[in-house]
Amino acid sequence: MASRVSTLAKPRGVWWEGLGRDERLWVWLTVIWGVAMFLMIAFVWPLIGQEQNRLSSYRVDPATFASQAEAFMKQYRVGELDGVPVVAPPAGGDVYLDARAFAWQPVIRLKRGETYRFLISSRDVQHGFSLVMPPHSINVQVLPGYVTVLRLTPEETGEFPLICNEYCGLGHHLMIGRVIVTE
Amino acid sequence: MATIGAMRRCEVTGLSVDRHAERLIMLNAVTAVVYLTIGGILALLIALTRWQAVHLLAPQRFYEFVSTHGMVMLIFWILFFEVAGLIFASTVLLSARMVIPWLGWLAYWLMLGGSVVATLLMLSGRATVMFTSYPPLRAETHWYYAAVLVFAVGAILAVVHFFLNIVAARLRGEVESLPLFTFALMGAAIIALWSLVSGALALFPVWLWTLGVIPEVDPGIYRLLYWGLGHGAQQVNLAAMVGVWYGLASLTTGARPLNEGLSRIAIVLYVLFINMGAMHHLLVDPGLGTWVKNVNASYFMYAAVMGSLIHAFSIPASMELALRERGYRRGLFEWLRRAPWGEPGFAALVVSMILFGLLGGISGVIIGGPQVNMISHNTLLVPAHFHMTVVAGTTTAFMGIAYYLVPLIFQRQLLFRRLAQWQPYVYGFGMLIFGIGMGLAGHWGVPRRHWDITFSTAPALGMNLIDLRPEIAVFLAMMGIGGIIAVVGGAMFVLVAVATVFVGQRTPRPVVGRIVPEAFSPYPVIAGGSGEAAASGEHSRFEVPGTLVISVAFLILFIFLYGFSWFELSRVPWKIG
Ligand SMILES: [Cu+2]
Repeated sequence: MASRVSTLAKPRGVWWEGLGRDERLWVWLTVIWGVAMFLMIAFVWPLIGQEQNRLSSYRVDPATFASQAEAFMKQYRVGELDGVPVVAPPAGGDVYLDARAFAWQPVIRLKRGETYRFLISSRDVQHGFSLVMPPHSINVQVLPGYVTVLRLTPEETGEFPLICNEYCGLGHHLMIGRVIVTE
Repeated sequence: MATIGAMRRCEVTGLSVDRHAERLIMLNAVTAVVYLTIGGILALLIALTRWQAVHLLAPQRFYEFVSTHGMVMLIFWILFFEVAGLIFASTVLLSARMVIPWLGWLAYWLMLGGSVVATLLMLSGRATVMFTSYPPLRAETHWYYAAVLVFAVGAILAVVHFFLNIVAARLRGEVESLPLFTFALMGAAIIALWSLVSGALALFPVWLWTLGVIPEVDPGIYRLLYWGLGHGAQQVNLAAMVGVWYGLASLTTGARPLNEGLSRIAIVLYVLFINMGAMHHLLVDPGLGTWVKNVNASYFMYAAVMGSLIHAFSIPASMELALRERGYRRGLFEWLRRAPWGEPGFAALVVSMILFGLLGGISGVIIGGPQVNMISHNTLLVPAHFHMTVVAGTTTAFMGIAYYLVPLIFQRQLLFRRLAQWQPYVYGFGMLIFGIGMGLAGHWGVPRRHWDITFSTAPALGMNLIDLRPEIAVFLAMMGIGGIIAVVGGAMFVLVAVATVFVGQRTPRPVVGRIVPEAFSPYPVIAGGSGEAAASGEHSRFEVPGTLVISVAFLILFIFLYGFSWFELSRVPWKIG
């Protein structure tokens, strides 16, 4: 063993030396664990997981998106809740979700077991899509000028709060929406 | 106290201290502690508001204070302290001069001016844009962005000065190899340059936009550049903290790195990969493809994680070896039992390593995966993670080393030793409760940065999250109570530091606890030993069996929690993607 010096002092001469038994063992363990985590993300979960991070997105002019969302709400509107339109899109169809400070529009009614394509964008500042089903939640970022495309298949019925998890101004804590899943 | 020109000889360490460097270290450190105090007071008010049973502040005040708390703690407190550390490591520790003193002063005044203006604007409610200041959300005044940019320029100059000091010392033949502490800070400085430049690139267009010079800023591109700073700056803390860990290990137990080369390789892994991993804030953003996210998280981040795992082994191993060489060699853990638990630096080191490793590090790896990130992005789990790294980890470590460097640099005796002994434990205990409460609330879906965190006051579609799942109230109470305990621990530190600086007994030979004097000497003198290196040729046996057992236990827990996070993802009652 070469003469090791304190961390706070300048080492003299050649201090490079081979690894001892302990260090070799530990370095191998960390390499193996690093590779295992890499395989999990890159191969294992993409093959077996039901929850995939396969967001896609496209650019949009916020005004264009707003008019598309309005048209969608008009077409499939089935009622109103606290002044917010309730919309029941066709099973397997597209769902426009329109974020603005400080509201999510519309309230969305879905059928259990059907897959929907959520098209989410903002009219003004950044927001955060956060569908709360404690002890879990589904979260994606929402930017103005970008449409976040997310495929979701509800597998439980109920009412789920849709909250904003990106600070969007002083009324941030008022920004709440609702997703209702029925049989 | 022998003084030769602008240099003083330190009686404890034998190092030559440049007077300019000394004064700048003092100023930067004092400024850092002032910001820590401001941030700590805000922390208490914020914690008492998030704890829904108390809900202290009004909404606007809360958002103003969260914005200020974020900048003051994550950037100002830590960067001023780190600049003090960079000057110490590149001058005092090398017994070298500060090459361009005026550059040091210029950097300090720019940093001070920028940070004071930014803080005042945030506190007065004219820049309530949070730490991230994502456009198109805009501060009321463009001066905020200008102030942050001025601060960034100052910090860049301070980092450049660090490199100049080292290059000059090397050219004058004063150093061959850098001490490991300085080497770690050099890693931190490289990451700092990258992140400060990245932050300036993100904020400069926003400043022009608020001035009306350019019509708009792309929020997606801003996020990409911003997170080079936002997370990069925290990777600076990580590298600096690891340097401080090695330093504290040496100061309190006389530890010498088990393998100098391996420790340095681990620091190089940080420099190469950790900033690329910083992109993991964008894992659920539009605009980036799946493979970019997967490669980023699974390759670049894990290369840096390997660096952390190496340090997690090397530092306890170096202490085990040092203590075994002093005769505590019975069984696996006699060295650990006989370690200096009453020494504030050692206590801070242990608290910092345990909380950072178990809670901060593992949670970071878990939420840094692109798939698991979908259930944690922007929930309270994210601030829980970074409070465990930056507060329980970095801040505790910085407090620990301050107990030794403050008496050395200010040449005063440490006051309130008893308080200092208990401080890391109190602080760590508070942060533990706080972090667990906050993390669980986040896992249950509670979002970050909300005045009314459970949405009980939303007029339309109102739904109280606590009614949905009552245990959330318990988690938020843990957060509030843990926060109060941690703030008490933080106040204990400020009291000791301020009292020592202003009323501590002035002495050329400061009493700094049981500091191991040979920590600063290049010759391997073991306290009470012969001055020779320990017996060699023992490579056939395990040299540090105790550390190996601890490390493997830690790895098993890591594997378990990592696996558990995938199980939790699979339990989400919706199919995603
Ligand atoms: Cu919002």
